[in-house]
Amino acid sequence: MDAPAAQAVVPATSLRRKDLLGIAELTPEEIVLVLDTAEAMKEISQRQIKKVPALRGRTVVNLFFEPSTRTRTSFEIAEKRLSADTLGVAIASSSVVKGESLVDTARNIEAMGPSMIVLRHPASGAAHLLSRVCKSPIINAGDGLHEHPTQALLDAFTIRERKGRIKGLKVAIVGDLLHSRVLRSNVLLLTKLGADVWVCGPPTLIPLGLEQLGVKTTSRVDEAVEGADVVMMLRIQLERMEGGFFPSLREYFSVFGMTAARLKRARPDVIVMHPGPINRGVEIASDVADGPFSVILDQVANGVATRMAVLYLLAGGGADNEAVA
Amino acid sequence: MPVVMDADRISRALVRIAHEIVERNRGVENLAVIGVRSRGVPLARRIAAALKSICGDDVPVGALDITLYRDDLMRTTVGPQPLVRRTEIPFSIDDRVIVLVDDVLFTGRTTRAALDALIDFGRPKAIQLVVLVDRGHRELPIKADYVGKNIPTSRRETVHVKLTDTDGSDEVSLESEA
Repeated sequence: MDAPAAQAVVPATSLRRKDLLGIAELTPEEIVLVLDTAEAMKEISQRQIKKVPALRGRTVVNLFFEPSTRTRTSFEIAEKRLSADTLGVAIASSSVVKGESLVDTARNIEAMGPSMIVLRHPASGAAHLLSRVCKSPIINAGDGLHEHPTQALLDAFTIRERKGRIKGLKVAIVGDLLHSRVLRSNVLLLTKLGADVWVCGPPTLIPLGLEQLGVKTTSRVDEAVEGADVVMMLRIQLERMEGGFFPSLREYFSVFGMTAARLKRARPDVIVMHPGPINRGVEIASDVADGPFSVILDQVANGVATRMAVLYLLAGGGADNEAVA
Repeated sequence: MPVVMDADRISRALVRIAHEIVERNRGVENLAVIGVRSRGVPLARRIAAALKSICGDDVPVGALDITLYRDDLMRTTVGPQPLVRRTEIPFSIDDRVIVLVDDVLFTGRTTRAALDALIDFGRPKAIQLVVLVDRGHRELPIKADYVGKNIPTSRRETVHVKLTDTDGSDEVSLESEA
């Protein structure tokens, strides 16, 4: 009734940090704490009244400098379920178009006394920059090609929920490895928790030195998928494909696309994941995305619980500025 | 540390409380027992078992985590957040008599939070409160319906409740001011 599943790592008792900038900084114990807290949060999303008073009177600013549907909606729902007041800053109608810098924008918003800032930005390291100039906790909701920590946490939550563990699982990650912050965060997290991680993509989309993160790289999908417990597909980022990384989308699909036939090499209880948005017929066949092994919509649902956990755990730190609010 | 309740005393108190619950509610029909995490949960299970041996009927048991309803949450400027654990109430509480179980009744603040948390799940017909120990010093207008033992304490003393399920043995002891 109590413990989720037998796990090697004893969870930390708290997140002793002001911000969530990336998975790189987290210890395995802290990761398990977030996942355990997310389990408690998931139950709230299953109630008739999906709201608890934990963050009452707190304001969370969602600062999104890049288009996003899932992440932004997910954060907003998570904030509202914890009773925080939420504020979305739409960059298209903000002073950023008048040339204001990120730091100035953030300092001005912070002067209004928010409790936390959730930042999505196209520049790698943007969240780290803000964490140095802002007293409020910063949650990185994706920075350039660097990290997307809450995505990796919700992926790990989904894997643990389905498989009962992460340690020792074979996880194959297939797709655009070069432009993916989701890949980086997932590799960091899964290796910290002891998974056997394989990454696969066209040679032109495999960044140099990826093996140093403790993963096995290959350009042969069959090798990556063979006996896999988890197959995670990454999006081909059509907006970043001007470099001629592969001949055509059709050819990409025929070599790397996840089809029902390819999936037969994986374990019979494999789960198929995708961070979204999916390109049907490019990295994944429609019948796989909608098929019995797909947990893509579970990932979306678990995103809310995981973000509630992160918001709750960070709300205890760096709250000094509340006094002036 | 003086022991104020040993294992026998605890189990007799729980059986007596179960009888009182049956007497007051004229049976266990439409009744559910919900324990406040963490030590209220094993106590709730034991009371449900005692109710079953008296009446022969299964009584649903739930677990309530009140962390997100605490009135001291975020009141301190900076500090680690208390751990949140899963609430498990796998039945509707609407129009049921809910027997809420906790180990120690002290200021009443935990009970206040538990009442708020419960109401978010529905509209029970009534809520009755069971505590193993009432140590006094209430800060809110809250009173238990069933008490295992009243233990007069000073504010600076600490009541330790150990249960076999969580701590390996059953015992209530009183630690005087350090």
